[in-house]
Amino acid sequence: MTAKFTRTARVAVGIMAFTALSGSALAEDVFMTMLVSNNPSNVATAEAAVAAYMKANPNVTIEIETRPGGGEGDNIVKTRLATGVMNDVFQYNGGSLFQAINPQQNLLPLTDEPFMADIQESFKSVVTAGGEVFGIPNGPAMGGGILYNIPIYEELGLEVPKSWDEFMANNEKIKAAGKDAVIQTYGDTWTSQLFVLGDYFNVSAAEPDFAERYTAGEAKFADSPAAAKGFERLQEVFEGDYMNEDFGAAKFPEGVRKIAQGEGAHYPMLTFAIGAIKDTYPEHVDDVGFFAQPGDSTDSNGLTVWMPDATYIPKSTSNPEEAKKFVAFLASVEACKIRNEAVGATGPYLVKGCFPPSDVPPVVSDMLPYFEEEGRNGPALEFLSPVKGPALEQITVEVGSGIRNAADAAALYDQDVRKQAMQLGLPGWK
Amino acid sequence: MANPTSRAYARRSTYPGWFFLPAAIIYGVLFLVPTFASLYFSLTRWSLFSSEFIGLTNFYQFFEEPFLVQGLVNTVIFAMITSGLKVVLGLLLAVLLTSRIALRGYLRSVVFFPVLVSTVGVGITFTVLMHPTQGAINVALELVGIDGPHWLTNPSLALYSVALVDVWKGVGLATVIYIAGLVAIPKDYYEAARIDGSTPTQSFFYITLPLSRPATVTVITLSFIGGLKTFDLIWAMTRGGPGFSSDTIASIIYKQYQAGFYGLSTAGNVVLFVLIALLVVPLTMYLNRREGHE
Repeated sequence: MTAKFTRTARVAVGIMAFTALSGSALAEDVFMTMLVSNNPSNVATAEAAVAAYMKANPNVTIEIETRPGGGEGDNIVKTRLATGVMNDVFQYNGGSLFQAINPQQNLLPLTDEPFMADIQESFKSVVTAGGEVFGIPNGPAMGGGILYNIPIYEELGLEVPKSWDEFMANNEKIKAAGKDAVIQTYGDTWTSQLFVLGDYFNVSAAEPDFAERYTAGEAKFADSPAAAKGFERLQEVFEGDYMNEDFGAAKFPEGVRKIAQGEGAHYPMLTFAIGAIKDTYPEHVDDVGFFAQPGDSTDSNGLTVWMPDATYIPKSTSNPEEAKKFVAFLASVEACKIRNEAVGATGPYLVKGCFPPSDVPPVVSDMLPYFEEEGRNGPALEFLSPVKGPALEQITVEVGSGIRNAADAAALYDQDVRKQAMQLGLPGWK
Repeated sequence: MANPTSRAYARRSTYPGWFFLPAAIIYGVLFLVPTFASLYFSLTRWSLFSSEFIGLTNFYQFFEEPFLVQGLVNTVIFAMITSGLKVVLGLLLAVLLTSRIALRGYLRSVVFFPVLVSTVGVGITFTVLMHPTQGAINVALELVGIDGPHWLTNPSLALYSVALVDVWKGVGLATVIYIAGLVAIPKDYYEAARIDGSTPTQSFFYITLPLSRPATVTVITLSFIGGLKTFDLIWAMTRGGPGFSSDTIASIIYKQYQAGFYGLSTAGNVVLFVLIALLVVPLTMYLNRREGHE
């Protein structure tokens, strides 16, 4: 009877939290919900962190709810925020997508919280709006570049390429050896964008003010030789006939399988894929390495960096203090350790005092040198500008499938970007 | 209250006025209000959190959409192929399934079964079957020495592949409508024709076909409208791809919605509404008028 009553009470508190009818009616017992994206390693991390927090705070119950990623996830987050029924704590992207959820109106500012002192500035900048910081990093930073299969490289005696020509030369040798040189998985269209997005370090090396002029509507992909190159590179890979036969239908999990088991040599991807490799093909974790997408010259070789999703608190929560305490825990060194244990390390952390464990897989150890030297990494364009055209993934599928040439694609993408800028109501766009 | 027209009306109507109130409220809240609200929001830059009136900009922008024309053409092609094939196949299947064949009841339910399955489920199943290298269809073709096409990843084929799946899924409904139409045709006509020396082919073209006209009108209207607004199957199978090659108006609008362009996609929906009305109203009037003349 008592147990049943407590459960009813919890449900009732949950409902109150949702409709914001009442404050903390039961100050002792705290019930909160957390919305996380459904990527398996992400869910595992969240579950481990919540379990540890509930153990340390027996009066707190936190329920995890999952949501899909991509555009469907965007819709869920936006709709919940707009109708005031967002969970007490939720995860969402930083950068351009963060700007689109109207942070100043919907989110609780965390600028003055003590734990913010330990968060790296590079991360804070992608979750800042109107001078206030709203989120903490959910996991380590990621690199966007090329995963490669180490056994194939050893078998053919190849070197990690430092320039695009070296990369294409490797592709030729791999093809000659009868293997798929480049894995593409257009069944999941988002995976087609990497050659363009991962090239941004090279773009900014050639045109340091590209992001600023691009946001203002002055720089275009079609007019900038450096920016157009991402599309050209994709076209070169298609024309070289380096891709797996089922590139049009294969999906991300098949790409992961191919790179892990050596069915293909290169897979342009974000380094978070190592989580999927570790989950599904643990025996092949040490067979996959990583390098940044090479540019024209061996001298300026650097990595395009993606910031992880952030964890936010909506203004609509009925438990702001408790939610902050939980977020403080998620931003702690202890939470990093829990993550290391749950899913291992996938990259460098953005919280001071957090380190990956010493035995990291090659993908991570290959990535770390880019972070140790100044000027060998830079953020992806989506963290420097609020403008990202929504149709990029369809356009890159077209280029990668030989339906459209690179120059056309760059011009078409500029049109798509203009649509986004106009829908954001940015100044200078017509 | 006391004016004569309303009393005349009250006498004619079976029910008192308040009787209609619940339906009117539901209709108003669920249909009229959203319709007018969407007309308003199509004129705004709308982020769900706030909206700003920007006049007809969304409509300009929607018509500038680079793949709008292709999407329109694809929509019409899709609607015509699917409704055409459903009419032909539906009628032939109905003729077969009203004849005296073994297992008739069983075969009828087999034909109807795909209608009952969720469209998205059908889409995902056929995506697997149509996989270029591992899909059952191409594996089977390989056994007889045919190098199967890339059904869903060849840009010039994808739309037709989806249309075929739509026909497979929807032909059962057309068949049932035709069966109902065919059994309503009096047997005397066929008997009279046979006595006059009509061949079965002649009976089909001079009796079955004209007298199943009401069924044809229903099937064409239903499947044409369904084809024009089709979305779920295309989204489950190709997401409008590869690239933009199988985009229809509905998938273009959905992608704008997904990108967070709520005002723009609402404008697209207003356009889609007008488009369907422009195509379907004359079509129905034409089909119904012809019916009346006979």
